[in-house]
Amino acid sequence: MSATLTIHSAGPGLTVQDTGRPGHLGQGLSRGGAADPLALAEGAALLGQPPDTAAVEMAGMGGVVSADTDIRIALTGAPMQATLNGERLTWNASHTLPAGARLAIGGARQGTYGYLHLGGGIATEPVLGARSAHLAAGLGRALAEGDTLPLGPDHAGETGQTLDIADRFSGGTVRVIPSMQTDRFAPDDLKRFEDTEFTRDPRGNRMGVKMRFDGAPFAAQDQLHILSEIIVPGDIQATGDGAPFVLLSECQTTGGYPRIATVIPPDLPRVAQARAGDTIRFAFVTRDEALAALRDHANRLAQLPKSTRPLVRNPHDIPDLLGYQLIGGVTTGREEP
Amino acid sequence: MTDAPAFPAIRDVGLSGLLVTFADTLSEPANRAALAFRAAVDAQGWDGVQETATSLASAFLRYDPLTLDRDALAGRLRDLLAETDWTRAPLPEGRRLWTIPVALGGDAGPQFDEAADAAGLTPDQAREEIAAARTRVLTIGFAPGQAYLGRLPEHWNIPRLQELTPNVPKGALVAAIRQLIVFARPTPTGWRHIGQTAFRSFRPDAETPFPLTPGDEIAFSPVPVRDIEALQDSDDGGATVTPIREEGGPA
Repeated sequence: MSATLTIHSAGPGLTVQDTGRPGHLGQGLSRGGAADPLALAEGAALLGQPPDTAAVEMAGMGGVVSADTDIRIALTGAPMQATLNGERLTWNASHTLPAGARLAIGGARQGTYGYLHLGGGIATEPVLGARSAHLAAGLGRALAEGDTLPLGPDHAGETGQTLDIADRFSGGTVRVIPSMQTDRFAPDDLKRFEDTEFTRDPRGNRMGVKMRFDGAPFAAQDQLHILSEIIVPGDIQATGDGAPFVLLSECQTTGGYPRIATVIPPDLPRVAQARAGDTIRFAFVTRDEALAALRDHANRLAQLPKSTRPLVRNPHDIPDLLGYQLIGGVTTGREEP
Repeated sequence: MTDAPAFPAIRDVGLSGLLVTFADTLSEPANRAALAFRAAVDAQGWDGVQETATSLASAFLRYDPLTLDRDALAGRLRDLLAETDWTRAPLPEGRRLWTIPVALGGDAGPQFDEAADAAGLTPDQAREEIAAARTRVLTIGFAPGQAYLGRLPEHWNIPRLQELTPNVPKGALVAAIRQLIVFARPTPTGWRHIGQTAFRSFRPDAETPFPLTPGDEIAFSPVPVRDIEALQDSDDGGATVTPIREEGGPA
């Protein structure tokens, strides 16, 4: 029998996300998919599932959900306060959600996009080969109170697993490489671009985020006469008001503003996860350095399924040791506050 | 800053994209070259090339840079570019002519008169020219299935507006810079809203989600606005489609 997840309340930015729909760029549809693909892969690893398994993406805050049968869950991405029947759950870990129990996920303590992964994955009908909502394209919609999601059959049984994650939830330095119009910017402006401390503007979504900064606008030579051209996630457009705008997974497929640089894929989650006011700096690297970083990233992703380990808790943090099942591997994985 | 590149130019798009650009302004030959060159790249079936696309005057390749060396791929592209004059290549096979009903002006196209004026025409002349125009799908982009159609005669080279119109509805016909677009989604825009269609250029649940293909031709047949309203629930919006026989092609 397949399980069903019910949404009892939902923050404004809850959507189903997987690895998106590659292959439709020429038809005007960007790939979309999870804003933080690394968090999607981490959750899949915690539950021993394929890396493209669909999960619930939560922008800024979560909601309250329950399932009609015991299911496994994992929580990754921007750390949020999560409680199960009043007990706090460890983030970046897998847990059991008993039938009927209410899982409440609050606001993000850091970062923007948190993920709720479900054993068996979300089994909604794929559209154009994926389950991801692509709101900019009109595919799917945000989840709302009263929605139910079918889950697939769950073949693996383990919970109480955790893994070490790369911190990417409070801005920082992101690596960029030159883009097709980088050489249309004056060398002084490119240096200023690297020297400027940007903050993420409050306006930002899955399509992209704007950067705030003090100083003169960034503009390219002959800017108004650039023909609209293919855009890829990570591209940084110098928009009409001269502010850099970093494009994310749900970006448009073409654009006419000049690209000053492109964020390398391993560092893009750092931009997506930054919250309004978090600081971001851009640092040019060579193509060879970027390729090496991409290779490292691909290796880390491949190693993720082998990187999980049991949640280990400090006995002093457990108020009632005797009440706990101490046989290895069968704890609930719940963490006391 | 460097001088403008010589065309065709090969440039990087991020870490995993190469763009072959035939001109820095839109022209019929450059668009034709982009379409033909993309088709030629597709026909090569190169391992590691994951996706191709065209924009107005470029062909784009997405590839896996961990398995396909960038310089080797660029070399193959240069060899392919040297094989022929791509600006004179034939248009893609299987092109179709779409005739799409449109209500022009009035509430259905609040900026129609203004657009006609900017083109130096009376509203009646503008209506006649839109009805007579046979435009080509130059590229599909920005939003899913959304076609950029062109080109209209030179006097339609009307600039985009400085102030964006906050929300132009799905199916709207808009005009600027000798081009027309039927919007796939409600969109804020600097293009002038001159008419309304019931044509859906993105149909996620249909067998053919993206009905239009670059190279297809589009004609607009003016109808009263009530006809458009009556067609709102149909995907096709009353459009008819017929195959185009290429000159010199099979009869």
